[in-house]
Amino acid sequence: MKAFTQHTGIAAPMDRANVDTDMIIPKQFLKSIKRSGFGKNLFDELRYLDEGQPDQSCEGRPLNNEFPLNFTRYQQASILLARENFGCGSSREHAPWALDDYGFRCVIAPSFADIFYNNCFKNGLLPIVLPAEQVDQLFVAMYASEGYQLTVDLEHQTVTTPHSEVFSFTLDDFRRECLLKGLDDIGLTLECADDIHAYERKRQEQTPWLFGAIS
Amino acid sequence: MAKTLYDKLWDAHLVAARDDGSALIYIDRHIVHEVTSPQAFEGLRMAGRQPWRVDSILATPDHNVPTTSKERASGVEGIEDQVSKIQVKTLDDNCDSFGITEFKINDQRQGIVHVVGPESGACLPGMTVVCGDSHTATNGALGALAHGIGTSEVEHVMATQCLVAKKMKNMLVRVDGELGEGVTPKDVVLAIIAKIGTAGGTGYAIEFGGQVFRDMSMEGRMTVCNMAIEGGARAGMVAVDDTTINYVKGRPFAPAAEYWEQAVAQWREFVSDDDAIFDALITLDGAEIKPQVSWGTSPEMVVSIDDSIPDPTAEPDSVKRSGMVRALEYMGLQAGQKIIDIAVDRVFIGSCTNSRIEDMRAVAAVVKGRQKAASVKEAIVVPGSGLVKAQAEAEGLDQIFIAAGLEWREPGCSMCLAMNADKLGAGEHCASTSNRNFEGRQGYGGRTHLVSPAMAAAASIAGHFVDVRTF
Repeated sequence: MKAFTQHTGIAAPMDRANVDTDMIIPKQFLKSIKRSGFGKNLFDELRYLDEGQPDQSCEGRPLNNEFPLNFTRYQQASILLARENFGCGSSREHAPWALDDYGFRCVIAPSFADIFYNNCFKNGLLPIVLPAEQVDQLFVAMYASEGYQLTVDLEHQTVTTPHSEVFSFTLDDFRRECLLKGLDDIGLTLECADDIHAYERKRQEQTPWLFGAIS
Repeated sequence: MAKTLYDKLWDAHLVAARDDGSALIYIDRHIVHEVTSPQAFEGLRMAGRQPWRVDSILATPDHNVPTTSKERASGVEGIEDQVSKIQVKTLDDNCDSFGITEFKINDQRQGIVHVVGPESGACLPGMTVVCGDSHTATNGALGALAHGIGTSEVEHVMATQCLVAKKMKNMLVRVDGELGEGVTPKDVVLAIIAKIGTAGGTGYAIEFGGQVFRDMSMEGRMTVCNMAIEGGARAGMVAVDDTTINYVKGRPFAPAAEYWEQAVAQWREFVSDDDAIFDALITLDGAEIKPQVSWGTSPEMVVSIDDSIPDPTAEPDSVKRSGMVRALEYMGLQAGQKIIDIAVDRVFIGSCTNSRIEDMRAVAAVVKGRQKAASVKEAIVVPGSGLVKAQAEAEGLDQIFIAAGLEWREPGCSMCLAMNADKLGAGEHCASTSNRNFEGRQGYGGRTHLVSPAMAAAASIAGHFVDVRTF
């Protein structure tokens, strides 16, 4: 997995609550059997004025000029500022894949939906929870200043503004370690193979009907 | 110490606990569909890994499958959308090469994953169940710990039989009293979401308790648990009782006779202790719940059938207010408009929320001897599985639907998320028994209203929303 240590980049707004995963990446693009290439369809229904199709080139599609990600000032953005309950809805990992493929490394919001939050860590995308007032403050500062950059430091768990204001955030130690080192989850779990085998033997004794039933 | 149902399920599956509170949880059943699995299988191959326990996995294609009998006639090869066809074929190939049991497209046991799991007995009380699909909580109705996972976790569970998880908090949603005539499990869960909001359950596992759930059928409990995620909770569940055990008995993958009594004795333990402590408690009075209709683009934007659309200017929170304004604009509706005045262009009856036999019967009871309104362009009834379809046909329900002008389709997810050909046109209002009313969910520019099967059926006849209690 891709590691995340420190990142400095331009912040862009997704200024609405309850942004759902259908909005992040509409269902027609879920037909792909690949993990990459979703960036061009990130927020497809908001970014473009027509209906996008899978396997279609997005060059020449009519852009929605009122959607912030289409503004020149946010073209190089890599940090997304968002509102409450970002990523609600389906479990599609295509949502973090699309954000990552577009070039986002980090999403900052007052809260995230559970499954989306979890999926981000599997893809080197850092979801940061800050109190709503601080997120609000960042929105105001970002709107006021073109090219507004933030620095995110995972090691020290801080977000630093251009005026050197520092906001601290928290996250699980385990997730932090995995992301800092870019560790392979599966490899880590397989280090506990003996524990899994031991549990499984016990489970098979206690609930024999669960084994072999559907093969 | 007294434990909740969730505590017991968690403890029973704990393989290893880490100091930071995360843990390895053993997964008993892994359900797989075509949309969220191809990248996981590819990951296994690239790492040279094999599934840890093939016999824990059951697969079936559901999201992409066409629902017209014409397009279904020649199986996978007949799928007209070439991109969809590749995805369904990829599932077949992956299951064949890894030796995974799959109910393929025209197997009578094929259907929506969350209908097939309980129906086949693949999902049982006391289990942990995962699937790369957020509506996996449906299986919690069995007294199981069931929740959706992402594709990386699909690969992780295949490779290790475990999930890295952190224990959630406990929430009890208690609905006491008795439901009125014409008020269904769907109305109950919509009323709950309206009360707690779409993020109300974030970080919690919800147990649904109280008289209303004790009285509810298993299929009704599935409808409620199904939408736990729309209330923000990954997992919803109902304690095991006689209703659970009677439902499971005789299912194809349920425990064989020699294990049955032992299994039942264990399952009976999967109830919250009387003095168990919940981190949050939400209560509703079942008698006060009326048929519900969503008016906006989030499942919390729900009112009763006799209400009007709320006025954003009365909302004090600015982020919420702007969300309401945007939703009304997208939906083409006005504050103050009566719900019964909303005309319906299409009707969709189906999805993992409401496509089981009881749902089919509820629809038939409303439309029997009546005719679909001419203004309704299309009303489709999509059974949740081939077995639901066969049962409905054995009861003659299909003939009732067809006589009323409704279309009777083949099983799949269909217009719930419109990955196949079943979709709304821009601006069309749909009375839908599905679970999400997000912008574009049922088709580009489509306008979804979430309702119960009986309410959708009544709307198909009236051409607009009506109170099914007096219809």
